[in-house]
Amino acid sequence: MSFLTYFINGLSLGSIYAIIALGYTMVYGIAKMLNFAHGDFIMVGCYVIFTIVATMGLPPVAGIVVAIILCTLLGVTTEKVAYKPLRNAGSPLAVLITAIGVSYLLQNAALLIFGADTKAFTPVITWQGIVLADGALKIQGVTIITIVVSVLILVCLQTFINKTKAGQAMLAVAEDKGAASLMGIDVNKTISLTFAIGSALAAIAGALMCSAYPSLTPYTGAMPGIKAFVAAVLGGIGSIPGAMIGGLILGIIEILGKTYVSSQLSDAIVFGILVVVLLVKPTGILGKNIQEKV
Amino acid sequence: MALLEVKDLNVYYGVIQALHNVSFQVNKGEVVALIGANGAGKTTILHTLTGLVDSESGSVMYNGEEITKVPGHKIVSKGMAHVPEGRRVFANMSVYQNLKLGAYTRQDQKEIADTLASVYDRFPRLKERRNQLAGTLSGGEQQMLAMGRALMSHPDIILMDEPSMGLSPLLVNEIFDIINDVHANGTTVLLVEQNAKKALSIADRAYVLETGKIVLEGKASELLDNDDIKKAYLGE
Repeated sequence: MSFLTYFINGLSLGSIYAIIALGYTMVYGIAKMLNFAHGDFIMVGCYVIFTIVATMGLPPVAGIVVAIILCTLLGVTTEKVAYKPLRNAGSPLAVLITAIGVSYLLQNAALLIFGADTKAFTPVITWQGIVLADGALKIQGVTIITIVVSVLILVCLQTFINKTKAGQAMLAVAEDKGAASLMGIDVNKTISLTFAIGSALAAIAGALMCSAYPSLTPYTGAMPGIKAFVAAVLGGIGSIPGAMIGGLILGIIEILGKTYVSSQLSDAIVFGILVVVLLVKPTGILGKNIQEKV
Repeated sequence: MALLEVKDLNVYYGVIQALHNVSFQVNKGEVVALIGANGAGKTTILHTLTGLVDSESGSVMYNGEEITKVPGHKIVSKGMAHVPEGRRVFANMSVYQNLKLGAYTRQDQKEIADTLASVYDRFPRLKERRNQLAGTLSGGEQQMLAMGRALMSHPDIILMDEPSMGLSPLLVNEIFDIINDVHANGTTVLLVEQNAKKALSIADRAYVLETGKIVLEGKASELLDNDDIKKAYLGE
């Protein structure tokens, strides 16, 4: 029964990674860039919720809504100001390095505003959860909600991309910006929309993560951000279901590794996966590799 | 009045000048061919027309409207569709999704459905394979898809870039029959081709490009008889 508990905890952690990885993978798929500041958008979302709920005393729902709005604005603005001017810079490294710069900027801005001390995050999810099998299996409310929310997000995203015009435009831009423009698709707007969705997801991931692990520092987003990047690569970067699968696998491996192998080694195991994937199947589990026909 | 009028177009790639004072026009209902060797600037002209490349100077008038500085994604809704070199279909999307994207700027679902039906009529193979990923189609089928996708915008003029590239002679004939057919249905065609013989055989007029300059223009039938053209482009 304890294995099942760990497994469910792994699913829950994996769901958080999956939500973050969805943002990574969408931005990569459509803008062809790795937004290494993505993890820090989570941290920003957490501080926004912290300020609204703990400092101002407003209800958690208000905190989440404001965090989603502010993170969306932050993502779109960052793209406009920092990434877009470099989109045709010749080297993709330029925008990658800029993303790392944005990451440091956000971390240090948080340091300046909120200080270095760890803030005890007031969980926004207060439901106690359920007890099964006569008390042998306890599942926390935040665990259940995290898993449900991530599945909901996946379903909504898939529906949005496959059934709406804006979603189809995203797929087109992901494949060929020039050809998409010939169809009448505004490539810049589509990329902005992608950043908006990715950043909104980061805010949601932040709310869930800080409810499950209620401590907050300016570096809170960095590690989950990098792990979600591993998850995105594992699932096949650019693939939405891949990000989901990669996130879940990674979360389960991390928790089981922590429990049965060594809690010190769990990060090494997670990053070891990145090395193995890059060596064995660089396109990831669901990564596409269609040969172009001449 | 010319449907499309290009005047003194100059385009640079960095410091290299790709087009030198290119001027030409396409009248409503014509098939006009741009012929020339590899690297002469044919594709650059089409890319400039549909905003994939910015011009340094010069003007492009379409339907009496200056479109030189209009952003690329706003061109197609003005009635100009572009079948790009190398087809550039969306390989990871289905044939049907590709065609729907061709009608991206149109609103009326009924009209879109009618156009889709007519595209399926013209290209029965696309209808058969409508749920297949575009990347799994053969080269000829991808060319048909690229053309069908352009037709989905219901264009007044269609720009075709090397439609015969990489296709077997049999398929080339089929593609040119389709171009003829599209033209017969009232669509103006601006055709870029390395296969000069084929292009001149269906065009009304043609312009010959050499290293970014238009060096010759005239009726296609006359160019077919021109000795210089025969030597340089027709292999006779």
